[in-house]
Amino acid sequence: MRLVKNKIEHDGSGTVTLFPEEPEDMWHAYNLIRPGDLLRASAIRRVTTTQDTGSTSSARVHLNLEIRVKNLDFDPQSSQLHVSGQIVNETAHTKIGQFHTLDLELNRNFTLEKDVGSDGEGVGWDSIAVEMLKDAVDEGGKRRAEAVAVVMQEGLAHICFIGQFQTILKQKIEMSVPRKRQGGGDHDKGMGKFFKVTLETLLRQMEFNTSITSGSNNETVRPILLASPGFVATGFHKYIQTEASTTPALRRLLSSVVVVHSASGYTNSLSEVLQSPAVKTLLADTKYARETKLMDDFMDQLRKETNKATYGPREVESAVDQGAVGRGGGVLIVSNRLFRSQNIAERKRWVGLVDRVRDVEGGEVRILSSDHESGKRLEGLGGIAALLTFPVGDDDFDSDEDA
Amino acid sequence: MSRHRVKNIGYDDEDYSDDGYDSPDPEEQEHLQRCTQDVLSQLRAGQPSVTASKEEVQEALWHYYNDVEKSVSYLRGKKEKEIKKQQTPAVSQKNKAQVPMYPAPISPPIAHFSAADFFRDSPWLNIPSHRKADILVQPLYPRMGLLGGAPEAGGKVSKLAALAAARKQKEGNKVSSPPEASQAEQSEKPSTEQKVSLRDRLAASKSAKPAEGLGGLRRLAKPVPATPPAQKPVSPEPVKAAPDVASEPVEQIEEATSAKIEPKIEPKLPAAEIRASPSMFASAIVGNQSGPTRAEPSHIPSQNVDLLQIYGQDHTEPFDFAGPSPDDVVLNAQNTAKGFKSKTPASKTGGDKKGQADLAGGINNLSVEEKVAVKSKNLDVLAEYNKSTRKKSANFVVIGHVDAGKSTLMGRLLADQGAIDQRTLDKYRKEAEKIGKGSFALAWVLDQGSEERARGVTIDIATNQFETDTTAFTIVDAPGHRDFVPNMIAGASQADFAVLVIDSSVGKFESGLKGQTKEHALLVRSMGVQKIVVAVNKMDTVQWDKSRFEEIQQQISSFLTTAGFQEKNISFVPCSGVLGDNISRRSEDPHASWYAGQTLIEELETSEPSTHALDKPLRMTIGDVFRGGVQNPISISGRLDAGSLQVGDQILTMPSGETALIRSLEVDGQTSDWAVAGQNVVLNLANIDPAHLRSGDVVCRSSSPIPTITSFTTKVLAFEHLMPMLVDVHRGRLHVPGRISKLVATLDKASGAPIKKRPKIVAPGTVARVVVEMDTAVPLEAPTRIVLRTGGSTVAAGLLE
Repeated sequence: MRLVKNKIEHDGSGTVTLFPEEPEDMWHAYNLIRPGDLLRASAIRRVTTTQDTGSTSSARVHLNLEIRVKNLDFDPQSSQLHVSGQIVNETAHTKIGQFHTLDLELNRNFTLEKDVGSDGEGVGWDSIAVEMLKDAVDEGGKRRAEAVAVVMQEGLAHICFIGQFQTILKQKIEMSVPRKRQGGGDHDKGMGKFFKVTLETLLRQMEFNTSITSGSNNETVRPILLASPGFVATGFHKYIQTEASTTPALRRLLSSVVVVHSASGYTNSLSEVLQSPAVKTLLADTKYARETKLMDDFMDQLRKETNKATYGPREVESAVDQGAVGRGGGVLIVSNRLFRSQNIAERKRWVGLVDRVRDVEGGEVRILSSDHESGKRLEGLGGIAALLTFPVGDDDFDSDEDA
Repeated sequence: MSRHRVKNIGYDDEDYSDDGYDSPDPEEQEHLQRCTQDVLSQLRAGQPSVTASKEEVQEALWHYYNDVEKSVSYLRGKKEKEIKKQQTPAVSQKNKAQVPMYPAPISPPIAHFSAADFFRDSPWLNIPSHRKADILVQPLYPRMGLLGGAPEAGGKVSKLAALAAARKQKEGNKVSSPPEASQAEQSEKPSTEQKVSLRDRLAASKSAKPAEGLGGLRRLAKPVPATPPAQKPVSPEPVKAAPDVASEPVEQIEEATSAKIEPKIEPKLPAAEIRASPSMFASAIVGNQSGPTRAEPSHIPSQNVDLLQIYGQDHTEPFDFAGPSPDDVVLNAQNTAKGFKSKTPASKTGGDKKGQADLAGGINNLSVEEKVAVKSKNLDVLAEYNKSTRKKSANFVVIGHVDAGKSTLMGRLLADQGAIDQRTLDKYRKEAEKIGKGSFALAWVLDQGSEERARGVTIDIATNQFETDTTAFTIVDAPGHRDFVPNMIAGASQADFAVLVIDSSVGKFESGLKGQTKEHALLVRSMGVQKIVVAVNKMDTVQWDKSRFEEIQQQISSFLTTAGFQEKNISFVPCSGVLGDNISRRSEDPHASWYAGQTLIEELETSEPSTHALDKPLRMTIGDVFRGGVQNPISISGRLDAGSLQVGDQILTMPSGETALIRSLEVDGQTSDWAVAGQNVVLNLANIDPAHLRSGDVVCRSSSPIPTITSFTTKVLAFEHLMPMLVDVHRGRLHVPGRISKLVATLDKASGAPIKKRPKIVAPGTVARVVVEMDTAVPLEAPTRIVLRTGGSTVAAGLLE
């Protein structure tokens, strides 16, 4: 995403003009735009006009519409963002107050305005929003580190695209592979078919061109992580190799294939995939790898029962109150889902907590993407967790909970 | 019937194409004539000095695109048949002579053309029209030839020669001149012979001509061809001929004059008619079928030609009827209102309709999936079960750390019990040695997968049966590798008791204890297995060291008792799977003399028959979905958890909610009419799409379906720390991703009373109540034993509440 214009005032109000360039930018937009914001973007609207005679005619007109956002609808599969709301600017074809759903498009500017309101009832561009904006605007241009993971087991494969901020399950392949039986060769045949379908799907999802002519273009292929328990991934790798002998274009693919171990063929085991040494060297220091590491550390800490880790909204807030999430190792881990809350007070609560930990307590704040595997694990813990600098007894919280 | 029809189509097409083809290309015909002369001269010059009829030569030329050389060589091979062919043209003329009589003659060509156009789309028809015509003609001949020809070829070659001679004479008289005339006059083929014959026939009464020229020939030839087809049931063509013959009489009457004079000819004519009429339908309705038949002849010209030649007469007959039959069809369709039909057309239409009806029926059969109805015997399964005097049966699962020798031990057991014959065993041994894994030969009895054999690791469970004097055992051999614990869980869920195999060699036992020895033991216990037999394997590698055995016995028994096994249900047997010591026979090794206990097999036989919930509603977890064979396209296997079923029962599979019919079933590999809980069954299903069946699904009855749920509360024993986290939920073959969404409370182990509500984390070894949510609805109901795993290790096991 490119930042075209930035007019954020000190009080948190202001407008930003953004230019989304790739599908993941839509996800950023989804996190930036909140109900109540003003969004201006180009739109195509079908306008129906009624003649005096009662006959109607409708036409599609291109408009620049500004709406006050009511609702957001994000489709992660296709990375499409639909923002609905009421029109606030008057045009020749629309009236103020009419509803419209803007479909944000790639390579088209949109302008987002947040206001704080006269009494500060709005949230404006708070610290989280500004940080998200920074994340969204790809300054270094090195956000390209992406990988494709195929997590599989017998008869089951999940093809995931791992991006910087999201993990998208592109396709699930499920086939019934006959089990081994006495004297039956169906299993091998079934596996062969399963591999074939998986490879075809993978190539289609990657938009990988296997024609002979495609060998000339040297577009880099994203790393492909094949993960499975047992020998399924190895078998799949072998299958690609044999296929490559007849389809030369596949050889480009082969060089970027990494086979790793996973406990199952479900996306649950993506974390294990991302933590495997082979993948770590390949994707060192990408955001999601760090996030996964962080969650693992947290889980470890929790397991040790040192009381130096806690999770859940109340527990964490209480820990922060006690000053346990401060300098010297305090880490606040927050899922960005919390900031997507429709409720302004709710958002303010979390933003306040983050600001406090970062600015007052001096602790570290990590905002995890809820669309990543690590974020999903955090979701299970209530969306918020903290590593503490000193043990905090949890008996208090129990009473809190019960109360 | 269908075949017959198809062939008929071929005939019709021939007729059409002939008509259509001839008229448009006079130039070509001239060229043909020239070529024909060449060919004929060459043929005469050649060794057998064949006398080929012009028509035949022309046909050959068409075949080879006027390539004289090829056609000469081609014709030479068929000299005998050529003679007959000469006759065929005459017959065809006859047909044409008839044509004018009918009102239809004009229209048929149109029909032909349209048919040709229609089929032109099909790729194989991208053939020059000449060639097409040839192809079409040939299919006709071959059949007839086959009918009569085959027998002739066998013993009557000499007859053929005689026939040929007779024909030559006749041709010299009549036939030779007609073809030329026909060329000029008729739309028929260019051969002059035909034309002349036609004219002659026209001039005279129809009947007269056949009688003179063809009749004589036919008389000579017919006996041979006519009888052979009927006699020869082996070849498909005779069969076709038979129906034709049946219809002949009718045709004869219709034809009137000609029929009376020559009964022999007539029978054949009707046959041709019948063939022709179906072909119309078929060509109109089923384009594809007609295509192949045409194409085939072109590919294999030699066969066709032979047939043609032999059955020149037959050929003529088809012509007679073919001409009218399309006409009839068209006319009938057009003129029904006028009541304009002649008798022959009427008969044909009747045949056509019949054909249509048949076709329609055939199509229906194709399109509509046949619902299989299996009659239920309405047995009282439980009564049957009580009546039956089967041996007591027992399922046991073989568990243990990877490479403890589970598969080998079981292979040995099966071999000793005669469940596997020596020859197979020797084969395995040889193959295993070939890839340098001689010691795996016994394991191959159970490790049937190619990958398993190549890697020497059991991947999936294998079941096998063997019987002792008292008990029928079912072995479930589980994989030991940690990656395949899900498969092991599936196996353990089918077991009444367990055999824990332990590698006694130094270092292996210790590593196993940390690994899957422990995990497996915990799993089988948490899945309800009470009795466990510990086979301390590979004792030969430690020289049957008694102290080693006792050390292992002591460690394992203490572990097993903490895991919840009762002391009396644990037994230990020192053995060696590779050597077979203390498996079925006592060890003869002097070092092992200290052991006076039971052998493994004796230990197994002490197992108590377990009771099953026979009268509960049917529940069966599908273990495998496979194609049982041609007879049973969809089969599922598994163990009946509860209830009973019998052949003909309607079952419901969850979560798909689809019903299926039990076509047949097998219990322990034996066909049976019924099955009850506890038995391993293979159900051959009908009326269900395999897409609705997955391993892990549950089979039940629609009267008491198993609920599908997305979240459940369960009381679990934690093996590792539990917190809200992602887990895999296992129940038998069922394996779904889920997450612990809530830790409700930790419980007192003995009383089950809550100790601490809403714990932040559950420590290993404690009992807790947790809520598990899943993304998809799965068939689960209380009380069911489930296992929660994450990251490749078992974190908890418990009971659904």
